[in-house]
Amino acid sequence: MKNLKTFITAAAVAVGLAANCAAADTTKVGFIYVGPIGDGGWTYEHDKGRLAIEEHFGDAVETVFQESVSEGADAERAITQMALQGADLIFTTSFGYMDPTINVAAKFPDVKFEHATGYKTADNVSNYSARFYEGRAVQGHIAGNMTESNIVGYIASYPIPEVIRGINSAYLHAKAVNPDVEFRIIWVYTWFDPQKEADAANALIDQGADIILQHTDSTAPQAAAQAAGDVVTFGQASDMAEYGPFPRVSSIIDNWAPYYIERTKAVIDGTWETVATWDGIDTGMVEIGEITDAVPAEVKAEALAMVEAMRAGEYHPFTGPITKQDGTPWLAEGEVADDGTLAGMDFYVEGLTGEIPN
Amino acid sequence: MDLSVINPALLLASLMVASTPILLAALGELMVERAGVLNLGVEGMMITGAICGFVIAVNTGSPGLGFLAATLGGSALSLIFAVLTQVALANQVASGLALTLFGLGLSSLMGQGYVGVKPPATPEVNFGPLGDIPFFGAVFFSHDLVVYLGLALTAAIWVMLKYTRAGLILRGVGENHDAAHALGYKVVRVRIAAIAFGGACAGLGGAYISLVRVPQWTDGMTAGTGWIALALVVFASWKAGRVLLGAWLFGGVTVLQLNLQAAGVAIPVEYLNMSPYLITILVLVIMSADRTRAPGSLGRIFHASD
Repeated sequence: MKNLKTFITAAAVAVGLAANCAAADTTKVGFIYVGPIGDGGWTYEHDKGRLAIEEHFGDAVETVFQESVSEGADAERAITQMALQGADLIFTTSFGYMDPTINVAAKFPDVKFEHATGYKTADNVSNYSARFYEGRAVQGHIAGNMTESNIVGYIASYPIPEVIRGINSAYLHAKAVNPDVEFRIIWVYTWFDPQKEADAANALIDQGADIILQHTDSTAPQAAAQAAGDVVTFGQASDMAEYGPFPRVSSIIDNWAPYYIERTKAVIDGTWETVATWDGIDTGMVEIGEITDAVPAEVKAEALAMVEAMRAGEYHPFTGPITKQDGTPWLAEGEVADDGTLAGMDFYVEGLTGEIPN
Repeated sequence: MDLSVINPALLLASLMVASTPILLAALGELMVERAGVLNLGVEGMMITGAICGFVIAVNTGSPGLGFLAATLGGSALSLIFAVLTQVALANQVASGLALTLFGLGLSSLMGQGYVGVKPPATPEVNFGPLGDIPFFGAVFFSHDLVVYLGLALTAAIWVMLKYTRAGLILRGVGENHDAAHALGYKVVRVRIAAIAFGGACAGLGGAYISLVRVPQWTDGMTAGTGWIALALVVFASWKAGRVLLGAWLFGGVTVLQLNLQAAGVAIPVEYLNMSPYLITILVLVIMSADRTRAPGSLGRIFHASD
């Protein structure tokens, strides 16, 4: 299928190139996606950002994208191809594209690259990410309050800092309101595989989890929870509102559009510079989707207050005292985690069971 | 680590569901290969069945009609393969691979407007008091019709191949198509029928994924299930009973490893993730030590003039 897609993309881009010659001053913006644009989650939101660019700039900008690009060697090929096709700015939207992006960027010094959720930069490579852990704090708070079995299931994708941060943040805030809460974590080693995600959700539900948190991109766990009938879920990356008001009681929405428009404008104006952006609720890059009435009113009010406190910069989800899983102290009373530690987080906090796979 | 959190009844019940798509697709391919044809297009037929079933189920509101459409869709696609290999005498391996690529592309096209749509729920068969039996009720009497269809099909294929004249003819065509032809059997017709049956089974298996297991439509959602079914037929030595065993093993270990992870068992996740493949292959390879061999004419092109 990949070959077929490549062919179709190549054909589409050939047509695009022909059109491009006619209007040489159009800025071309490319996107590399890890899943299909119809995943209803992560890639869907990035594509909404792409469409926002088109709407904002009209004919001045042309966008192209390639979906379902696997992380690793194939990514390098796909990014190279996009650069060869004359893209001026390329967004690579998954953690695993980090090294491929850096490699390709070295060969195309005139093209600007933006890598999502990584930590490397270069003269023509910026990175950007959102503080999803702020949203996880809200989820943890609601989960800790709503669980009756005290078992929260967590479908994790890959053991990378972004995912581990999410688990820690959700756990800390669930534990704060419910000391008996227990997290069961399944690593599925994929961002997008509806069958596997559904199986994982069902395994967790079978073991008594009545809350499912997911860090994978499809809506399959939502469907599994809906079938079970009494299990709470949260939209991941996208609102997933079609599963509300229950099982989906809230969501973390990644709103990339303002950032994408700003960076495209910088390329058009010639003011693009390497930056490392990590925005949260305060700038609107992370949004909390509507908390439905399935959540008890006082819990909802507390959750909204937490959102406002984070928006105002008064509250940080990783505020001490926090101890690591192995018992060593991490943050002292009142101390706030620094971005460096958060960006490279490779440990669980105290109370979580199991080990992080290598 | 606390293994008591794993409920064996629920585990076995999910095993039945998880193994159904592989079982159906593998049974279809078993019949095709027993007739001497190697169809590598299982994945393509499955995903075509998945989208055909999904589209019809959503538009009519009836999962039953959806499953019917899935069998027709899978069959229709397999007939392309039948025409290529049985009439035009094309290479079976190349045609089968092409069928998979075609099916993936076609399903993606057909599914354009169906992302994020919820299909109607497939009801479970009501066994009345049987469903209330402790343990066995949850394991055996809590499923939908397709699960039982898969089991019935296994038995039917076993009986047909072993005890009926039709089965004997099918096997004859697969073992030695020249001899079967000399005896007056219609080799090409038998094979086309087998291919269409295989397509129907694969389509049904695919629809089971999109309508019951996940249930939703996303591009490429069969994610290699068809290839596993293909491999299973070989490791099961072309025997229906062993296909069932293999499907249960694979589905069972898949579900079990997720449960073990959730229970916090101290086995590295990487090993757990590869365990379904390893264990299934190992068991079936050991079982196939009885030197059962592939059908004699498997993959060979038949032309009456040779």
